[in-house]
Amino acid sequence: MLPSLGYGILVITMLVSIYSVSIAIYGETTKSAAMVESARRAMLLTLPLITAASLILIYLLINDRYDVEYVWSVTNRTMPTYLKITAWWGGQPGSLLFWSWLLSVFTASVTLRKWDRDRELLPWVLVVTGITLTFFISLIVFFENPFKLIPAGVQVPLDGRGLNPLLRHPGMIIHPPAQYLGFVSFTIPFAFAIAALITGRTDDRWIRITRKWTLWAWLFLSLGLVLGMRWAYDVLGWGGYWGWDPVEISALMPWLTGTAFLHSVMIQEKRGMLKHWNMILIILTFNLVIFGTFLTRSGVLSSVHAFAQSEIGPLFFIFIGATFVISFALLIHRWEDLKSGTEMKSMLSKEALFLLNNLLFLSLLVISFWGVIFPLLSELFTGSKVTVGPPFYERATGPVWGALMLLMGIAPLAAWGRSTLKTLGRAIWKPALAALLAPILAFSVGIRNWVALISFTLIALVITVSIREFWRGARARSRKSGGNFFIELWNLIKRNRRRYGGYIIHISMVLMGIGIIGIEFFQTDTQQHLAIGETIEISGYTLRYDRLDQFRHEDGRLITRGEMTLSKDGKFLETLAPRFDLYPDGQPMTIPAVRSTLVDDVYVILVNWEGITAESTPFKVYHNPLVKWVWIGGYLFVFGIFIAVGSDEERKKV
Amino acid sequence: MKKLNILTLFIILLSLFSVNTVAAQGGGDISDDEVNAIASELFCPVCENTPLDVCETQACKQWRELIRLKLSEGWTDAEIKQYFVDNYGARVLAEPPKEGFNLLVYFVPPAIILIGAVILFRAFKEWKNDNGEKDAPITEASPKSTRETSNPKDDYLAKFEEELRKRE
Repeated sequence: MLPSLGYGILVITMLVSIYSVSIAIYGETTKSAAMVESARRAMLLTLPLITAASLILIYLLINDRYDVEYVWSVTNRTMPTYLKITAWWGGQPGSLLFWSWLLSVFTASVTLRKWDRDRELLPWVLVVTGITLTFFISLIVFFENPFKLIPAGVQVPLDGRGLNPLLRHPGMIIHPPAQYLGFVSFTIPFAFAIAALITGRTDDRWIRITRKWTLWAWLFLSLGLVLGMRWAYDVLGWGGYWGWDPVEISALMPWLTGTAFLHSVMIQEKRGMLKHWNMILIILTFNLVIFGTFLTRSGVLSSVHAFAQSEIGPLFFIFIGATFVISFALLIHRWEDLKSGTEMKSMLSKEALFLLNNLLFLSLLVISFWGVIFPLLSELFTGSKVTVGPPFYERATGPVWGALMLLMGIAPLAAWGRSTLKTLGRAIWKPALAALLAPILAFSVGIRNWVALISFTLIALVITVSIREFWRGARARSRKSGGNFFIELWNLIKRNRRRYGGYIIHISMVLMGIGIIGIEFFQTDTQQHLAIGETIEISGYTLRYDRLDQFRHEDGRLITRGEMTLSKDGKFLETLAPRFDLYPDGQPMTIPAVRSTLVDDVYVILVNWEGITAESTPFKVYHNPLVKWVWIGGYLFVFGIFIAVGSDEERKKV
Repeated sequence: MKKLNILTLFIILLSLFSVNTVAAQGGGDISDDEVNAIASELFCPVCENTPLDVCETQACKQWRELIRLKLSEGWTDAEIKQYFVDNYGARVLAEPPKEGFNLLVYFVPPAIILIGAVILFRAFKEWKNDNGEKDAPITEASPKSTRETSNPKDDYLAKFEEELRKRE
């Protein structure tokens, strides 16, 4: 009964969404405000509808309704309630429903905004978001129904299969929603961009309206990436957080274009330039969002042949193709209207450097995109599968990341409009000199890798330049007003949140860079079979193997837990207990034990796959220098976005 | 395709049972680190995107034992990798071999980026030429002369305030 109700609601949602799209187009062509209003309300209605369907699914998940296929496939009786709820996005049909729910949350809230000043955009925003919503809901209704019952006549199973153990981690509670939020929320700026193209409102109104949406979207996308990295580090047990896996890259790609977009819209706001380019970037970002969902949902990643077998793969392909063609056709149609009067004056002006930044981000995109699709092309054209793995990406993107850091060091000092080598040089020499301390310090502690030394210099440059901007601004203000430096610093940030939030984000990025350099250049590892009492030495640390326990957890998994004493120079530091969990369904999980400091991480895993015996236990130890800075940068990054996303005090009335 | 994979897997597993006993005798002095040094540069031939050194399947374990055996027989890194390529195809390498169709993976991105850079550079030049003549002298001369005489700190404040004003 309940499953049928849930499915019925989804069918109705699909119809309501189709109604909204058609009536919005009809209302716009017949100039009927009432029709458009009806479309708006219909769109609003999709939220309670999808919410109801989702609540029904959650109810079924919590109550172990194994007569529903989806519930059976992602939960079992031993799972705690919170995990049963997160199983909502633990499988294909559920995660599509979750995607749609988020989209309708965003769409509904955007329809509730004040439309007085830009009424003409409304119908087209409804059309774009409505079509996207219809697409996802129809995938659920026709192909991936989470309410599908087990075949009639089959006995209802007593227990479910349970959630994939890898997903049974607190990180999994936030990582997928954050990632999806980031994906979905880019729909809104895209919808406004398309609405601007269709209506011919080619000023920067659409950018101003969607500025916050874009920042929030970017926040969630970034958060999703960082949380995913953290989850991989804590759960996957291979000593790292980023493996250049196609799924990771598909989440990175919209982030790259989104970041380029965030920068280049500032040029349009300030100088009225690059209107075409901003359109291209937001169209690309939205397409990459769908492409990312497509890559992870279609099976195409495992093989082109899996794609052909997947029911929804080809539909995604058509949707992306159609969006791409229609968006660019509209852009070309409006090409002349988007031309701007102001032009670039200096190669060293802030806008010119922003463009360079865009070129670099797009370079990263080209490398990532090509790396992801090349194995598919190879399989398609030559019949042989190849792997494009980390060495390719590291070599290709390394210099680009470096150039981006250099730009982060220079661009904040360049002026809008005009800037010369002389003015720039005058602004940069002091911070540059201070930044040289970093490589000197690194050299003195024994670092000889020249790429790392250059990177540390660039990181220090970004930090000194950014901090100096705060310092100069606050000092100038406090001199003028005679007020307290710190109060003026706060006022300074409040008056121009985007700019100073941006600097905080720059600092956070390079702090993450410190961790990335640490792991890229200085990670070491060793694997050894130990008998109790034996030790492993790594980078000055000693790990003594003390004991091994094996016991069954109440949820049925068999836990094998090793205990090691970590010491340095004979001094006891910590007891580390790496673990290996074997779930009743045979799924293994390797949980590392980590001692993390600002200087380095000691990361130990029990190498269960090499076979644990009473005589000898295999351990793998990684020494990961500086990796904690990745997470510190991540926290600061989120803080920076919160600063940037707030309203400037002076602008609140606008 | 899938059938073939399972078949090869089966044959490997079968053959490795015998290998294993040999490995226990012959590869004993080869350390895990030596094995992993090679395994980390290879990808599991049957799973998706999993480096061989951290792959948890039984098949991968046997492949690592195979590496140990080959090392103990005096094979070089390159020979062992070639052995894997010959048996399981180029997908076991972390990067496509630099030949034939695969060359595209290395040449296309730089080519596109280069084209992008050229377009950007030409656009810069065009923009500058449109405006440069009437604006350039001002940039160089007038602000500088005032700047040199005035107090640099006041100048910064003025510029700063002006920028904030522009934003409002």
